[in-house]
Amino acid sequence: MSLTGSLQIEDDLMSDTLAVHMENITKTFGKVYANKDVSLELRQGEILALLGENGSGKTSLVNMLSGIYFPDSGEIFVQGKKVTIRSPRDAYGLGIGMIHQHFKLVDVFTAAENIVLGQPGALAMSKRHIESRVAELAGRYGFEIDPAKPVYEMSVSEKQTTEIIKILYRGADILILDEPTAVLTPHETDKLFAVMRNMKADGKSIIIITHKLGEVLAVSDRTHVLRKGECVATVNTAETGKAQLTEMMVGRPVSLHIERPHTAKNDERLRVVDLTCCNKDGLKTLDKVSFTAYGGEILGIAGIAGSGQKELCEAIAGLYPAIGGAVLMRGQWEGEAVMEPVLGLGPDVISKKGISMAFVPEDRLGMGLVAAMNITDNVMLRSYKNSKSPLVDRKTPRVLAEHLIEQLAIVAPGPGAIVGRLSGGNVQKVLIGREIAQEPTVLIVAYPVRGLDINSSYKIYDLLNEQKKKGVAVVFIGEDLDVLLELSDRLLVLSSGRVSGIVDPRTVTKEEVGMMMVLDVVDPSNVSSEPPPEQLQMDLSLQDVEMGASAGGGSASADLFLRDAEAGGKAQ
Amino acid sequence: MSSKSAKHKEPFVRMVKRDDLSPRRAWCYRGIAFLLALLAGGLLILALGHNPLSVYKDMVLGAWGTPTVIRETVKLTVPLLVSALALGLAFRMKFWNIGGEGQIMMGAVAAGAFGFFTAHIFSAPVLTALMLLAGMLAGGIYGFIPSYFKARWNTNEILFTLMLNYVALAFIKFLMNGPWKAQGSSFPRMPMLVTGARLEQVGGVHWGWILALVLVVIAWIYFNKTKHGYEVSVVGMSSDTARYAGINVRRVIMRTMFISGALCGLVGVMQFAGVDYTITEGITGYVGFTAIIVAWLAKMNPYGMLVVSVFIAMLKRGSNTIHTIYKIPASASDVLIGIIFFFMIGCEFFIRYKVVLRGSNKKSHDENCGEEAQNA
Repeated sequence: MSLTGSLQIEDDLMSDTLAVHMENITKTFGKVYANKDVSLELRQGEILALLGENGSGKTSLVNMLSGIYFPDSGEIFVQGKKVTIRSPRDAYGLGIGMIHQHFKLVDVFTAAENIVLGQPGALAMSKRHIESRVAELAGRYGFEIDPAKPVYEMSVSEKQTTEIIKILYRGADILILDEPTAVLTPHETDKLFAVMRNMKADGKSIIIITHKLGEVLAVSDRTHVLRKGECVATVNTAETGKAQLTEMMVGRPVSLHIERPHTAKNDERLRVVDLTCCNKDGLKTLDKVSFTAYGGEILGIAGIAGSGQKELCEAIAGLYPAIGGAVLMRGQWEGEAVMEPVLGLGPDVISKKGISMAFVPEDRLGMGLVAAMNITDNVMLRSYKNSKSPLVDRKTPRVLAEHLIEQLAIVAPGPGAIVGRLSGGNVQKVLIGREIAQEPTVLIVAYPVRGLDINSSYKIYDLLNEQKKKGVAVVFIGEDLDVLLELSDRLLVLSSGRVSGIVDPRTVTKEEVGMMMVLDVVDPSNVSSEPPPEQLQMDLSLQDVEMGASAGGGSASADLFLRDAEAGGKAQ
Repeated sequence: MSSKSAKHKEPFVRMVKRDDLSPRRAWCYRGIAFLLALLAGGLLILALGHNPLSVYKDMVLGAWGTPTVIRETVKLTVPLLVSALALGLAFRMKFWNIGGEGQIMMGAVAAGAFGFFTAHIFSAPVLTALMLLAGMLAGGIYGFIPSYFKARWNTNEILFTLMLNYVALAFIKFLMNGPWKAQGSSFPRMPMLVTGARLEQVGGVHWGWILALVLVVIAWIYFNKTKHGYEVSVVGMSSDTARYAGINVRRVIMRTMFISGALCGLVGVMQFAGVDYTITEGITGYVGFTAIIVAWLAKMNPYGMLVVSVFIAMLKRGSNTIHTIYKIPASASDVLIGIIFFFMIGCEFFIRYKVVLRGSNKKSHDENCGEEAQNA
C-alpha cells in the first residue's frame, strides 16, 4: 500500500477478503423501494465513491451498514464474515463508523469530551490521557484539532473533524462519510481529501457519498453508481469521466448546457444599499451589502454555504432583522413608478404597498410551504387575505392549483394532494409556480434546484429564464458555480457576509470566482470595526452609475435613502 | 470484536411506518381495539366476581336506560364537549393548553361575582347575559396571559397553563374561606345561586346543551372555512411559513388562546349557573384534563369530539350505575375506563406503524396486518 496516498488502484487486493460486502440488499419504505437488490463491495484500503442523484438510495444503503436501518432482505459480510447489524452500536462493534450529514455532537462539551462520549471504560477518565490520545490520532492523519475547544465555538469543518476523530477513536476501520463536502469551502474540502488519503494509506476503507462529480474524480479509487435504488455500475474512477458518470446517474445522455437568453436591459427593480445584519450572537451576518437588480436579468449570487445568502434574501423579504442599510423596491406612488423603502417591514406590509415580490426560500417545506397541507391550501398562502370576507375562498386557488399541476407537469393526484408527500422536484414546482403566479416584479430564489434530479433542475432553469424574458428581475442564489456562471447575466459573489464583487459570468473564470468566495475571510470579531476593504469590482456595470437618476419622483423617505446611496456610490 | 457481533440476530420486533391505511381498515382496527378493551375489562370484572356481560349491559342502561339518566349523561357531556372544542382550537395551533381547568374555574368565579352579588339588581335574562360575558371574558383573559408570554418571550405554555390551574384553584379556596363564604355556614362553602338566576331548563337540562351543539357546528366552520382557522393551522404546522406568508404569528397565538380560554370560561359559567349552582374546588369535574383526551381521540375534529365526549360521558355515568348496583368500588370502574382509553389510544399506534416480528420477512408484507392489531 502506498504511503503517498496516490490514486492508483490496487488490483491485487481483489484476492483479499473484502472490507464490506453487501449482497442483494433490498429495503422498502411502504411501497417505495429505497434499495432494490443492491450489491456493494468495499475493498480493503480503498476509497469508494457512492454516486447517485438525490433519492437514488445512497444514504439508505449505507444506513443499513451503520445500523440505522435494517434491510428487508439481503446479506452483509464484514471482513468476510456474515453479520447482522441491528444498531449503530453493533456497527461500531464491527469497526464501522459513519459521519452523518448532520453532526451528532453535544454543543457544550469539548472535542475530547464528545470523542469519549459513550465509550466503555472506567467512570473516571484522565483528561490528559484522552487529549493525548486525540492529539496522537490527529497527528497521524493530519487533522487540525484543539481537543479542549467546546463544540459551540467550532466552525463546521472543525465539527466534522471532531466527528471523524470520534469514529477513529472507537477503532473504526471502515468509515462512511455522507456528503461531507456539502458544508465545506473548497480549501477545507482539499484538506479533508488529504486526510482521507492518509487514512487510506493507513489501511482504512472509506465510503464517500456525494453527488458532485468533480469530487468523485478527485478522491475516489472506484465509483459505485446508484439510480432509483438500483445498482447501475461500478467503475474504476481513473477510467471514467464526468460525461460517462452523469449518463450512468441519469440513465441517458444529458446535455449539461443551460440557456442564457438575451434580453434588453430593463428598469431598476430592487436596490440594496449597505445592508447590515447581525445574528443572535452579535456577529455580522451581512456587512454593508449593496447591489441593484434590474428587470429582465438574472442576478446570480454565489458564495460558500453560510456566507450570508439566507440572511440576505430573508432581510429583503422582511423576515430577518437588519441593523443598517436600506432595501428599495419598485412600487407605485401616485401613478408613478418609485423606489419604495421596504426594509424593516413585514411581508404583509410590503405586499400592501403594492409591491409584488416573490420569494422562493431555501427551506421549501419549512418556510415556503406547509408540508401537511394540500396543494390548494398552499397555493392560497400568499393570496388568501385578498378578499374581505372572513371566510376563505378555496375555489380560486383550487383552479390555480389545477392550472399549475397541468402547466408545470406536477406529478400529483390532484389539488387535494398533500404537499409533503410529493417528491422534491414537484414540491419545488408548487412553490415556484405559486410565486410566479403572483406576477412579481422581483423574484428571489434561494437554492431552487437543491435536491432535485437533473431533469427537474433544467425545468426550473427554464422557468427562471421565462420570467427573465417577461422582464422580471430574478435574483438567483445558487451553490453550483457552473450553473451560476451559465445561467446568470451578472454574478454577485458573497464572502463572509460581504460583497466581494459583481462580475460578468461570460468572461470570468471559475477559479477567479472561487478566489472571491474566500476573499477577506478574517476573524469575525474584528470585522465590525474596520472599514470595508476595497471591493473587487470586476464589472462595475454601467447601471450602478445610472442608479442615482432613475428614481426621481420618490417620496421623501425614498429620497433620503437615495442620498445615502449616492454617498455610498461616491465613496467607492 | 467481530466475533461477538456475529452472533447478533435480527431484532425480535421492529416498528415499520405504514403507508396510508385505508380509512375502512383503520376503523376496523379501532373496532378490534374496542372489543379487546371490553375483553380485558371483562377479565377485570370476572376477577371481581361478577358477570361481565350483565355488568356491561347495566353500564349502558345506566347511561341511556331512563330519561333521568339520559339527562345526567347529557349534563356530563356538555362541559366535556365545549372544553374539548376550546382545547382543540389551541391544539390545532400546537399550543398545548393544559390550563382548561383554570380557565373554567376563572369563568365560574367571574360568573359568581355577578350571580352571587347582583341577582337582586338585574332581571334574569340580563343577569344570565352578564354572567356569560363575564365568565367568557375572565376565561379568555386567563387563556390570554400564557399566550402573551409565549408570543413575546417564547415561554413554555405547558408549564405556564398548568401552573395557572393551581393559581385558580387556590383563588377559589381563598374565596370559599373568606370573602365569599356563605353566611351562617360552619364550614367553608359558597352560597347557592338564587333560583331565579339559574340557567333555564330545556328538556330537563340547562339550555347549554343546545349551545354546545351549535358550537360544534360553529367550531367546524371556524376551523375549516374561515381565514382565522386557516391561519391557526398554518401557525400550528410551521410558524416560519406563517411569518413568510405575512401572518402576524403573535397576534394569531394571542387571539386563538383568548377564544380557547373564553370557551373554557363558558364551561365554568354553565357548570356554575346550570348544574352546581355554587362554586367548589370540584366545579370542573376535571373536564379540563379529560377534554385533552377527547380532543386528541377526535383528531381535533368537532364532530368527532361530539361522538367521543358522549361516549366518555356514557362510561362515567355507567360506571356510577355499576358502582351502586354491583358494589364495584368506584376505583375499579375508573380502572375499567382507563383500560378502554388505553386500548383506544394504543390502537392509533398500530394504525400508524406495523410491527414486524423476527423471521416474518419471508412472508409477504401486505398480508400480515390483521394479526398485528391483535398484538395490541
